[in-house]
Amino acid sequence: MQLILDFEKKLEDFHLHVHHEGDASRIGILGASGCGKSMTLRSIAGIETPDRGLIRLGGRDLFDSSQKVNLRPQERRVGYLFQNYALFPTMTVEQNIMAGVRGSKEERQKRAQEMVRAFQLEGLEKRRPAELSGGQQQRAALARIIAYRPEALLLDEPFSAMDYFLKEKLRLEMKQVLQEFEGLSILVTHDRDEAYQLCDHLLLMHEGSVIAGGPTKEIFDHPKTVEAARLTGCKNISRIRPLGPHRICALDWDNLELTTQEEVTDDITHAGIRAHDFFPCAGENAENRIPMKAPVLTELPFEWYIVLQNKIWWKVPKDIRSHDFSESLPRALCVDPSAIMLLSLL
Amino acid sequence: MQDILQILAKLDWSPLYISIKTGIVATFISFFLGIFAARKVLKASGRVRAVIDGILTLPMVLPPTVAGFFLLLLFSRRRPLGILLYENFSIKVVQTWLGCIVAATVIAFPLMYRNARAAFEQIDPNLVYAGRTLGMSEMRIFWTVVIPTAGPGIASGTILTFARALGEYGATSMLAGNIPGKTATVSQRIAMVIQDGDYLTAGIWTIIVILIAFFFIFLMNLISGKALRSDKKRW
Repeated sequence: MQLILDFEKKLEDFHLHVHHEGDASRIGILGASGCGKSMTLRSIAGIETPDRGLIRLGGRDLFDSSQKVNLRPQERRVGYLFQNYALFPTMTVEQNIMAGVRGSKEERQKRAQEMVRAFQLEGLEKRRPAELSGGQQQRAALARIIAYRPEALLLDEPFSAMDYFLKEKLRLEMKQVLQEFEGLSILVTHDRDEAYQLCDHLLLMHEGSVIAGGPTKEIFDHPKTVEAARLTGCKNISRIRPLGPHRICALDWDNLELTTQEEVTDDITHAGIRAHDFFPCAGENAENRIPMKAPVLTELPFEWYIVLQNKIWWKVPKDIRSHDFSESLPRALCVDPSAIMLLSLL
Repeated sequence: MQDILQILAKLDWSPLYISIKTGIVATFISFFLGIFAARKVLKASGRVRAVIDGILTLPMVLPPTVAGFFLLLLFSRRRPLGILLYENFSIKVVQTWLGCIVAATVIAFPLMYRNARAAFEQIDPNLVYAGRTLGMSEMRIFWTVVIPTAGPGIASGTILTFARALGEYGATSMLAGNIPGKTATVSQRIAMVIQDGDYLTAGIWTIIVILIAFFFIFLMNLISGKALRSDKKRW
């Protein structure tokens, strides 16, 4: 389904300007909190009104300031999953699911029954939202939206208020829901794992602007800008001074000199290396050798975090049962020239 | 004891009926007007909202006699509105039961309005947005989502309004007067019998009023208590 977003809205802290055009069906908007990503979603749903621009979904104009088109939320056929789910507190689960379904009483009940089965809410039909667990509430809210048969599904930080265990489980359920859903989905999140797991196409947002857009894996492989690298979870970012077409000096890493595979063009101001991309050096004269001086170790269940003296972060997978790494610490780390991401400021 | 029974046997119960009738009608009017006003005021913007809110709350803050004075000015048959109502619709407000209703409504209305407004302000706006994105009409959202969710606040507002309307004295005595069997309410009857030095009758009426008041406080606690139990996650 085609989606065109091209609109502006003046907000208190910055100017929101969203641009996206494409056929991707599972879109993610990744950005830090307060970057305007929720506002974008609310504008698509018609809860907020942009100052000017165009929102077109599957050939239908939802908003077009030049034609004075601004459909009411009721006419947009867009389902919105709120962060707090916004289930109607005085209605039962079944009544909540039926809220958006049209037709005779039998038809509505039949549809609600289908949804109750599809979202594993059997036995909870007569309960009120306050009597459900967080996961059940999310399923009920999704059931209510899907029952309405929307053309697009808008998900606003659906896992932000959940504990870790539940989050992982519900993400898998959500993946299933999104795969079965025939329309378009847009997920807003600040969590790169969520974006990576649930979206085929990604928009990165920073202070109200879309700073990158494209297939999710491409964005993660080549973030291109400092903000994009940061949002996709790159831990090591340094300012650089070019030394040659494939040679840089990293100013924030004690003037470490590195060879890159990509060509250092004029617009490159920074370099980024993902914390997992280092490996122990083989020999004394290996390329991009970083001596291991005064490392600080932090143990996690499945990972070691090691911070070198020059502030580089290294993450190494570990066994849950091993607890000592200092003995086997390498004398130096290496990084492949292809793993060095050359970045520009916006 | 004998005296009390004797007085009870001869007691003219009309003030109780008039008070309750007045209370019910005034509450009915205030209920819809209050909810309507609360909704409109919440939609208005900053300064307009403050001014309208002030005007609507005024009758609660003013001494009832001041409100009564204004009502008398407004509805007197020597004034434009009073003349208009009487000549075109034969409606008399001053010294009639209608006057009781008008006075009680004006005085009690702010309680309904303020409670409804506070209850609406507590509602998560996302509930309304959710209703809209599910294709529900504004009317349906209002009556099936907003009103039930604001239920406990609206219910306690209604009860307070009824209690206040039931006991109204100042404005009523000025606008409707104290005509036995017509506009004499319980509060006015108590004041009158005390003036006559009949403390026993006044005492009996007082006990009746206290019983009614207790009943309503009990009812209110019952409603809000129930709401708290069944819906712990109210925000």
